[in-house]
This record gives sequence, C-alpha cells and structure tokens, in this order.
Amino acid sequence: MARALVTGNNAAGHTLAVAGEANRVARGCCGGAYPITPQTEIIEFLRGFKFTKGEIVPVESEHSAMAVCIGASLAGARSFTASSANGLTYMTENVFAAGFYRLPIVMIAVNRTVGPPWNIWVDQGDSLALRDAAWMQFYCESHQDLVDTILVAFRVAEDRRVLLPALVAEDGFILSHTTMVVDLPEQNLVDRYLPPCRVPHQLSFKHPGTVGGLTWPRETEHHRREIQEAMEAVPAVMREALDEFEKIFGRRPHGAFTAEQTEDAEVVLVACNTMARTVRRVVEARRAKGEKVGLVKVKMFRPFLREEFAKAIGSAKRVGVLDRNHSPGSGGIFWTEIATSLRQRPDVLLQDYLVGLGGGDVLPRHVEEILDDLKARKQSEEPIWKEVAA
Amino acid sequence: MSARTDTPTNNSDFSAAKCEALTNQYVRSDGILRPGNTNCAGCGMSLGLQWLDQGLEGEKPTMVIPACCGIVTAGGFPTSAYGVPTVATTFASSPAVATGIAKVRELNGEANPTVCWTGDGGTYDIGMATLSAAAERNENLIYICYDNEIYGNTGGQRSSATPLGVKTTTTVQGKAERKKDVMAIMAAHRIPYCATLSLAHREDFLRKIKKARQTRGFRFLLILSPCPTGWKSEPTDSVELVRAAVGCGLFPLYEVFDGVRYRINARPDGTPLDRYLAGQKRYKSESIDVGLIHSQIREQWACLEALERSFPARKED
Ligand SMILES: Cc1ncc(C[n+]2csc(CCOP(=O)(O)OP(=O)(O)O)c2C)c(N)n1
Ligand code: SF4
Ligand SMILES: [Mg+2]
Repeated sequence: MARALVTGNNAAGHTLAVAGEANRVARGCCGGAYPITPQTEIIEFLRGFKFTKGEIVPVESEHSAMAVCIGASLAGARSFTASSANGLTYMTENVFAAGFYRLPIVMIAVNRTVGPPWNIWVDQGDSLALRDAAWMQFYCESHQDLVDTILVAFRVAEDRRVLLPALVAEDGFILSHTTMVVDLPEQNLVDRYLPPCRVPHQLSFKHPGTVGGLTWPRETEHHRREIQEAMEAVPAVMREALDEFEKIFGRRPHGAFTAEQTEDAEVVLVACNTMARTVRRVVEARRAKGEKVGLVKVKMFRPFLREEFAKAIGSAKRVGVLDRNHSPGSGGIFWTEIATSLRQRPDVLLQDYLVGLGGGDVLPRHVEEILDDLKARKQSEEPIWKEVAA
Repeated sequence: MSARTDTPTNNSDFSAAKCEALTNQYVRSDGILRPGNTNCAGCGMSLGLQWLDQGLEGEKPTMVIPACCGIVTAGGFPTSAYGVPTVATTFASSPAVATGIAKVRELNGEANPTVCWTGDGGTYDIGMATLSAAAERNENLIYICYDNEIYGNTGGQRSSATPLGVKTTTTVQGKAERKKDVMAIMAAHRIPYCATLSLAHREDFLRKIKKARQTRGFRFLLILSPCPTGWKSEPTDSVELVRAAVGCGLFPLYEVFDGVRYRINARPDGTPLDRYLAGQKRYKSESIDVGLIHSQIREQWACLEALERSFPARKED
C-alpha cells in the first residue's frame, strides 16, 4: 500500500486514473474534462496521466465533458469526469442523459456553492440538484473515504444488476485542497478489485439499433421502473463490493449510513461529508460527559434507504439534521428525505438546521449550540437558519 | 423501496440468448436507412442517407444524431429504421458524444467511421460551440449537416440557416436576417475537409463522401436538404429544387481543403432564380426582395471565385 501525503483532489485524480488504467484489459478508458474551481486539479491530474489505453479529452464545456463520457461509455470504455457548482448545473442535461442511458460513468462532484452570487466555497446544493438524474450519490467525509468510495462506486455502477452512473462528492477546499496521509490504491490491487468494464448495451454492429430514441408512455414508465429496480439492487451489490474491498485492501469503507453511538441515544444528529467529522467530535465529547447523543452519517444519498435510515436512529426521540444546502421554498434537502423516512415515527421530534451554507465554517461550538437547541425544544419548527459566518 | 401495484418489469434476465432472440426479432442489417422510417415524402434526408450509405461503399458507420427530424426517422422503440448502431444524443451534443465513440473505437483499433448526422438547428445554432470545439480538436469524425433551413422537428421555426425573407412560424412576416455562412465558419477552423453536397448531383455527392471517408480528422459536409413540409413545396419537386438552387448559384458546390484551398465544383448555368423560389410557399412573402437575393448571389460568387483563384486546390486534393 502506498501511503502518501496528498490533497483530496490529487487523491481523487489518482484513483480515477488507476481505475481507468485497470480497464486496459478491456476497451480502455475515456472521458471529457473541463476545469472549474475547486475541481481543477483532478482534471489536470488526469490529463497528465499516461494511460496504456485511454484518453481524456479537453473539451470546451462541462456539457460536452459529460457528452464525451456518454459516447465513450456507449462504445464500451470505462468513463469518468469531475466538476463543481456551475459546471454541474451547465452539464445537467447530459447528466440526466447518462443516467437514463444507464451508463456506469463515475463523476467526482467537488461541492461548491452555485452562483450567482459567485462563491467558490463548499455547499452541497450543486450535487443535490442532480438527485433526480438516475445517478447514485455518495458523500465522503475524508481523503481516504473519497479514495475508497470512488473504487466502490465503479464496482457498483458497472455491476449488471445496477448499471447506473455514480456521483462521488467531496467538500470543496475543506477536503479538495487540504492534505492528509492516504493509502493510495496501487494498480495491481485495483486491477484485482475492478473487473473489466462491460456495458451490455454497447453500440454493436451485430445488433444495430437506436440508443435513446423515441418511446411511448408505456415503455417510458417501464424504463423508469427498471431504474428504480436497479436502485433497489444497490444495497446488496454494495455489500458485496465492500466485502470484496475489505478482502483486497484490508479495510472496510463505510456503507450507506454509519450509526455511531445510537443504540441508547436519545438525541441524534445527522450530517454528511466533512461536517460529519466535526459532529463526531462533539458527540464523543458529550458522551464522555454522560449525555446520550449519537450521530448518523449519511454516505449514500441515492438510492436513499429509508427503512435503513429509520433503523439507524435507534430509539432516539430527537433528530437534528445539519443541511449544508438549501432548496428555496422548502428547506434542507437531506431533511425532507429524512422526514419521509421517519413517517412511521410520529414520536420523533425532527428539526432541520441550515448550516454552513456558502462555505461558512461549521465549528464544534456551532454543533454544540445545535445540540443544545435540539435537546431543549418543545416542538419542531420550520428549518432554522443557523448562521456560522464570523 | 417502492410498492408494487402490478407485475414488476423484469430486467434481471440479461442472458445472451434472450437478447439475441429479442434483437433478431426486430433487426435486419440492410443499410443505414431502412424502409419503415418516418421521413415525410420527398424529404431530402431519405435520399441523403441512402447516398451516404452508397458513398461509404459497405463501410458501416456509427450514427450519432441529436434531437432533430433525423432521429425521429428511427421510429419508436424497439424498432430502428437505422440499420447501423445509432445514438440519439441531446440537441447540442452530437460532436462531443461522437468524440467519445471515435476515441474508444480508435483505442480498440476499429476503423469504422463515426458520423454525426444533424440538422441546421444542431449545427448553426445550439450545437455551434460543441461543433467548433470538436473541429478545433480535429476529432476524427465525419460531420454531416442536412440543412433544411428550419427547425423541422418542432414544426418549422426559424434557425440561423433560414434565408433572408423566408416565412417560418417564428418569422411570420419573413426573416429579417441573412443566412449564416457556416461553410466559412468551418473553413476558418482549418479542418482537413469541408464540402457542400447536392441531392441533384449524385456522382459529385458520392465522390465527396468517398473523399471524406479517405481523409483523417474532422470533415464537415453540408447538404441542402429539401423539406416539403416546411418549405411548403411539392414532395416530387425536391430534387429539382436542389438542381435549381445549384443552377442559379444560390447553393454553390465547392470544397475547402485544410481551410485554405478552394475548389468550385459547379458554376451557375443560367437557371433562373425563380425556378427555385416559385415552387416554395415559404418564399411567398412581401419581404422577399428578388433583386437583393440576386445581388447577394453575385457577391457570394465573386468571393468564392476570388478565393479559388488566389488559393486553388492542389491536384492531389
Ligand atoms: C435542449 C433542447 N432544446 C430544444 C429542443 C427541442 N427541439 C428538438 S428538435 C429541434 C429543432 C431541430 O431543428 P434542426 O436541427 O434544424 O433539425 P430538423 O428538425 O429541421 O431536422 C428543437 C428546437 C430539444 N430537443 N433540446
Ligand atoms: S419535416 Fe421536413 S426535414 Fe422533417 S422529415 Fe419532414 S420533410 Fe424531412
Ligand atoms: Mg432543420
């Protein structure tokens, strides 16, 4: 195992590259690339990598970056790209196309605030806006989590029972531009972990047909239901992918949710990405003082495993959601998802906190304040704007 | 996760035998365009696609087609009027999707050409940035625009290929602006090969497809493609309308090599402009100024002749 001191973006670039390289035994790898802060170093890394059988195309826009991925994947190659914020919103039409074509493309989303007003700091609103595009979505809390999740994402995406693209999110700057010691996956191990990519509906001269053409309501409904079924196949496929990962790499990445100290917890906080690490620290400190608090970290947002989430909170009666995103006219996007998961639990007081939007630095003391508010409140109310900016 | 109200769809059986049986039920590999397509009678695409097939001399292309009449041509799932692998892309994306396909074909040593087949909307308008970028990167693609000078698929709105004065559903008084000169734009990319193709000049058409096939890099071909539905013309007149457009000088047949060397393939033969205009009700508009069209044709030819004189094609082009 190669231990290295790397930034989140370099770790992501390296992992995409070795995953692409692993497919040299099949139809190779290809993707489109277009820069945007804070994603840029990833595509620079990919352009600099010497693939045995692969090419990264420096296109003129994110819309075309995803289009190149679509063409490459339809031609049977392993495909990937990365973007952020307005790059993701500009790309959106083809993000949906990739999902609806059922292509196992992997994209890193380096979370950044969607402008205007222009702001390069972290906010999960960009990738969450793509939640209905038939992509799996994974949110990573650390450099190692990012590396491991990318590999798991390829494996699950390319599995015949799934065949859906996967978005892997990391926090802009907090993760993308900070440096940590990481076990960077070596080529020979990745070669073992990722089977050759096979796209069953690859363009074929033997069986010519039109991919993505016209359908009637009946076929379209079936198409959507098959996607739902593919989403439902994800948990089992992911379990296998994690088992296999543990065998080959000797460590087990997190699953859809991690329930920490929730067994006897009365109060549970829900968070994702690097914010989950801050919450973890606060939860541990409070536990040391004897308070029955816990954390549920959300790693997989699509598919969202509602029943599993309801189990993860245990018997907690108070649940607070930290949303670093905002759906105008509604509230936190994680919160609405969690509310539907807890619809059989009218006994739970569920409160949403909009926190760290536009990159505000969420410190332990902010989490403490949220915990205190949650413990003291008589009833829940509309999402609370929890300001953190100094 | 989701509750069922009726029989679930079955996507679990991907067995090769089942796929084979299913596809054999529908697929006949007999050319790029097969019977049963949805083109209107007299549509320029019908002839264009068949001649493309003949010009490729048996080489099977991958067709990459954005939103336009040309993808509706395929018909409804699971049938496909295209007898070669075909992708329906988003409107602006065909050259970028084709880039991905062509790169992977190349990585795998597959020589089959990748062909973008697009309307003028996908070329002159929404896809212009994507097209320009693929041309600038000199991707190994054959890009063909069948130019019906209108958004046919959405019912006949203006595009930047619609000629001055022409009536469309969004230029009811006649279009106020001139047609964009897309050949000049593409030549400015200094791509290896640009050419205009006529559906009334079969030999010239086939020769240009062959030339495109034998050239590496980005190749741009422009076909003037009659659309009886949008042009309000008789389906039986389509080929004669193109012959008139070439004959009167409105649609010059020429090639540009590396963006700098010009060859004119046919000169105006004295066909009156009216033979072209009279057969199309889209030209029946107060705002049509025949004198102005004449002077624009003269200006266009002066330009082309000067270019050919100063920068002639080489013999081997
Ligand atoms: C992003 C997007 N905007 C609009 C449309 C609607 N649309 C589909 S085809 C089309 C016009 C196509 O015109 P053209 O490219 O000239 O092809 P034609 O239909 O004339 O063959 C439009 C506007 C679309 N499919 N996608
Ligand atoms: S509307 Fe015009 S371009 Fe479209 S199929 Fe009909 S004739 Fe052809
Ligand atoms: Mg058109």
